[in-house]
Amino acid sequence: MKENVVIRTISRFLVPFIQVYALYVIVHGALGAGGGFQGGVVFAASFILMIIAFDLPYVRQRFNYKWIVICSVLGVTIYATIGLLCLIPSGNYLEYGAIEAALGIPHLHGYLIDAVEVGIGITVMAAMTSIIYDISNKGGESS
Amino acid sequence: MVVGAIGLIRFPDFYSRVHATGKCDTLGEGMMLIGFILYEGMNLIAVKLLLLVVFIFITSPTAVHAILNVAYTCKVEPWKKGDERR
Repeated sequence: MKENVVIRTISRFLVPFIQVYALYVIVHGALGAGGGFQGGVVFAASFILMIIAFDLPYVRQRFNYKWIVICSVLGVTIYATIGLLCLIPSGNYLEYGAIEAALGIPHLHGYLIDAVEVGIGITVMAAMTSIIYDISNKGGESS
Repeated sequence: MVVGAIGLIRFPDFYSRVHATGKCDTLGEGMMLIGFILYEGMNLIAVKLLLLVVFIFITSPTAVHAILNVAYTCKVEPWKKGDERR
């Protein structure tokens, strides 16, 4: 189903802004309101807007199930890797202060929190997008 | 905003009600946010509010257009003079 030209143009114009805002929410999560989950949901909302404005196969062709699997595994891997790295200088799981004290780099735990948030965001984005694909699927081929 | 509320209650059918509320959403919220900017003074929050004004000014008419387009596709009858209110 093709929606009309106004909706398509405006959503094509808005999707990059929504994605930039999602990245802002993810990165801002270490300092204030926001975080990985919220940013990932906002990022997935841009895909939902694309599914509404264009049709589902077009979006699927851009971001198919292979990339969803890759993204969700990648996010979990980033999260678990940074969590396990904190075990090396005898800290707890996700205890960033242990790495910061061992390496002696100031503000390192802020960057580590940001990296963990990015991992959460990637996973949440992929999971939300796959849920939307499965909900709005009308049957037929599944690729 | 008051005019939008009055239009929502008083207008006879779907199309004209959406017309009234779409106007007050777009311009009324923009004016309220510009008022916040004037009250707060120019700083980073003012820049964010200005972006918000721009995006509301773009997206709100688009949402109204989408609703009306779907209503027209589903053959909602427009009100004519002499019909009763719906």
